Amino acid sequence: MSASLATVAYIGAIILFILSLGGLSSPESSRRGNLYGMIGMALAVLATVFGPRVSMAGIPWIIGAMVVGGSVGLYAARKVQMTQMPELVALMHSLVGLAACLVGFANYIDPLAAQHLTSAEKGIHEIEVYLGILIGAVTFSGSLIAFGKLAGKIGGKPLLLPGRHFMNLVGLLVVIAFGWQFLHAETISAGMIALAVMTVIALLFGIHMVMAIGGADMPVVVSMLNSYSGWAAAATGFMLNNDLLIVTGALVGSSGAILSYIMCRAMNRNFISVIAGGFGSGGGKPAKKADGDAQPAGEVVSISALETAELLREAKSVIIVPGYGMAVAQAQHTVNEITQFLREKGVNVRFGIHPVAGRMPGHMNVLLAEARVPYDIVMEMDEVNADFPDTDVSMVIGANDIVNPAAQEDPTSPIAGMPVLEVWKAKTSIMMKRSMATGYAGVDNPLFYKENNRMLFGDAKKMLEEVLVALRA
Amino acid sequence: MALTIGIPRETAAGEKRVATVPEVVEKLIKLGFKVAVESGAGDGANCSDDAYRTVGAEIIVGAPKLWAASDIVFKVGVPTQEEVGLLREGGNLIGFIWPAQNPELMQQLAAKKATVLAIDCLPRMLSRAQKMDALTSQAGVAGYRAVIEAANAFGRFFNGQITAAGKVLPAKVFIAGAGVAGLAAIGTAAGLGAIVRANDTRAEVADQVKSLGGEFVKVEYEEEGGGGGGYAKVMSEGFQQAQREMYAKQAKEVDIIITTALIPGKPAPRLITAEMVQSMKPGSVIVDMAAERGGNCELTEPGKAVVKHGVTIVGYTDLNSRLAKQSSTLYGTNLFRLTEELCKTKDGIINVNMEDDAIRGLTVIKDGVITWPAPAPKLPAAATKPAAAKPAPAPAHGHGGGGAPTSAGKTAVIFGIAALMFLLVGAYAPAAFLGHFTVFVLACFVGYMVVWNVTPALHTPLMSVTNAISSIIAIGALVQIAPPLTEGLDRPDGWIRWLAVVGIALTAVNMFGGFAVTRRMLSMFRK
Repeated sequence: MSASLATVAYIGAIILFILSLGGLSSPESSRRGNLYGMIGMALAVLATVFGPRVSMAGIPWIIGAMVVGGSVGLYAARKVQMTQMPELVALMHSLVGLAACLVGFANYIDPLAAQHLTSAEKGIHEIEVYLGILIGAVTFSGSLIAFGKLAGKIGGKPLLLPGRHFMNLVGLLVVIAFGWQFLHAETISAGMIALAVMTVIALLFGIHMVMAIGGADMPVVVSMLNSYSGWAAAATGFMLNNDLLIVTGALVGSSGAILSYIMCRAMNRNFISVIAGGFGSGGGKPAKKADGDAQPAGEVVSISALETAELLREAKSVIIVPGYGMAVAQAQHTVNEITQFLREKGVNVRFGIHPVAGRMPGHMNVLLAEARVPYDIVMEMDEVNADFPDTDVSMVIGANDIVNPAAQEDPTSPIAGMPVLEVWKAKTSIMMKRSMATGYAGVDNPLFYKENNRMLFGDAKKMLEEVLVALRA
Repeated sequence: MALTIGIPRETAAGEKRVATVPEVVEKLIKLGFKVAVESGAGDGANCSDDAYRTVGAEIIVGAPKLWAASDIVFKVGVPTQEEVGLLREGGNLIGFIWPAQNPELMQQLAAKKATVLAIDCLPRMLSRAQKMDALTSQAGVAGYRAVIEAANAFGRFFNGQITAAGKVLPAKVFIAGAGVAGLAAIGTAAGLGAIVRANDTRAEVADQVKSLGGEFVKVEYEEEGGGGGGYAKVMSEGFQQAQREMYAKQAKEVDIIITTALIPGKPAPRLITAEMVQSMKPGSVIVDMAAERGGNCELTEPGKAVVKHGVTIVGYTDLNSRLAKQSSTLYGTNLFRLTEELCKTKDGIINVNMEDDAIRGLTVIKDGVITWPAPAPKLPAAATKPAAAKPAPAPAHGHGGGGAPTSAGKTAVIFGIAALMFLLVGAYAPAAFLGHFTVFVLACFVGYMVVWNVTPALHTPLMSVTNAISSIIAIGALVQIAPPLTEGLDRPDGWIRWLAVVGIALTAVNMFGGFAVTRRMLSMFRK
């Protein structure tokens, strides 16, 4: 295959990738979109393998590596639980980051890469290598930590080292200094030292960055790392003078950036403050709870599963607001059974999904889809918020901050201004929770004390099963 | 010191009601008051002196003694001159007063330095005031009784029946005016099985009529008749003409007409003329609930039931007294609710709080000063609603069009920085780089546009699919593994190969795993 043919195949792959992302605009077209993505990838890989830059000697190696990696990937994809999607995605980000690092190193020691370059071009090329490895390393270590946090292997609490901003700044200066040294390195082995030091610092930086971010901010972190993995690919593309990599990296990078932006907006926080870390664990603003007058007045009324079933049976319209608690309890299937039962009785059941519900963007949608809840009754926050006043029962399952009225009513609250689902406007709201504990933001929830709110304490799955039994009785 | 509430015997002829009943007396005593009842006050309403005594009221014989003993007097009917004479200097009086119709009475009460709360002056639009609304409770009773009177005078069943002896058609009832009394009459007549039609100049009550089982008959003329405070207003000549035609038509068709039309401060409108009565079927019944104010029917004789042209015309003015126990219980409860409002401390002492909209409206004389009419209550500003849930407007939200609009200044700064960066790139970067840079910038924009169109429900699949396509980095490893034309170069082949193989294996995990898991997820989304 000639170089031109390979380039044309790359263009085809680019178009298919864009169509793939475009297909995700609706569930109907998304399956075809995914197919486009697969075809595009196959096209790109085949065009490269049979292109002018790979000799026959490499084919066995390539097939071997592909088979090993591919089977691991397919196995993971089949076995993963839908509740574990955030972990899987984070782990995959780390692989992209690591791959970018490896390609960067390999490229640097390959004399072929800089064979015909002028000195200015060589300088640019070395910057590209340096940046590519930097981003790759940060993505790799950051994603590993994110994986650990999401999988519960590392505590969700942010690790706040003293002078952490200062440490990061020093790290940045060291990276720049070594970068200077790297650019002026006479031999490859001299440059290698600078490159290795930088990589270590970048790895440490990635670890430190994600360690400092609390559990509730994980959706932002996951999307941010998604973005980084894209930029790493784009940097590799610059390094290799490959437009396909540049375009794909840019697509992925901007996608992740937009997701981070949406997540930040859904929490009414800006990106810098999320990355700077600290919030989202109670550790950041513990003083808030000590305020005597901030304690919401009123009584907490708890009800039983039986009474919940009674309320649901009498309702004409119900909105269910799921949160991370539903994912933890694996209660989505029971939720679906209740939904089906109520819908057969003619009750208008819908779901209200907050953008940051769960641990990654769209987490709740995937869980509900897994439980076979029809997606046309799963609404976004903005679609459903206006309907709460006409709703008989709103049922909150394992969510807290995203239904906290303090965001609207208390301007001094740490979550003030964050868009929330206005469940308290329904005739009755039922809050399913394990205890009276605060959410990740560490803010007391005045919803518990509202007159029309009822608390159903207990494990979400167990309680919902009891509700279902009571409904069927 | 606890105040004494006095319940005198009603003096108006035919008045059988009493201002409170034993059940309510109990509650008043719980509020901390003492209650004194004139002997025989409750006789008409089946409340014996003993019944009052049992719940803790003191029975006093003779009106003068009772009035003298009472700090607050509860009455039903408008007080007579003698009663005003009996009222203590500086005493309190609660009951029907109708200050607009009784200016002299107002003067006399003011001269007594009294504080007078006229239950008829309650601002009825306040939702909080509904529990004290005696006009409503009494009108409801009267509406019920009107149907009973009609049924009594009517020679047939109300409901249709199929009997062994043959079929009986249901009675047709027309109710003029769908106020409280009218609505109560509609509900009662429909409950008895009659076909009920009703009309009102206020079009908005049509739904209420239907909800009670009636059919709303429209007047074919465009005019809105709401006059404020739940009453109708006088309508234009054209409307009245159309209305008369409608009534004439109904009169020919129906068996029973119940009229309830009243306009505040004016004589009752004449709706049913002598000719209409003549046109009705023999044995038909008209119950004129507006008889006291002149009657809606020309032939009504207030206080009497007469037969004219074969039609029984009931003009009783004492419908409430004909259901005395019920009327008294409801009225007593209304007054009790009012007392609760006056005595929030529950210590038997009243506080006429003129800041309270409801109390302000009720109070027509305060310590001898006439305070009627009250200024219009601050409505409908919904003063009773909690103003707590006034959310700060959520930030402009909407995907599809790009991000939230930023301010002009911010935009200018961003553009400035971008321009500077492009200038730097342009000044120092070689041409080959610029080509790739162009592609990069354009791709960012394409990604931006495409990704904003992704539905939020699919954000997780979006992440996994972008994850999968970011494994395109494999290409970087593929071209390193065994490039042609390496002869003559000092290339650490082994190192590079192993780095590349690991790189390929890692990205292959993503490539296959990413697409597979996306496929798995997407196949779950179903309608």
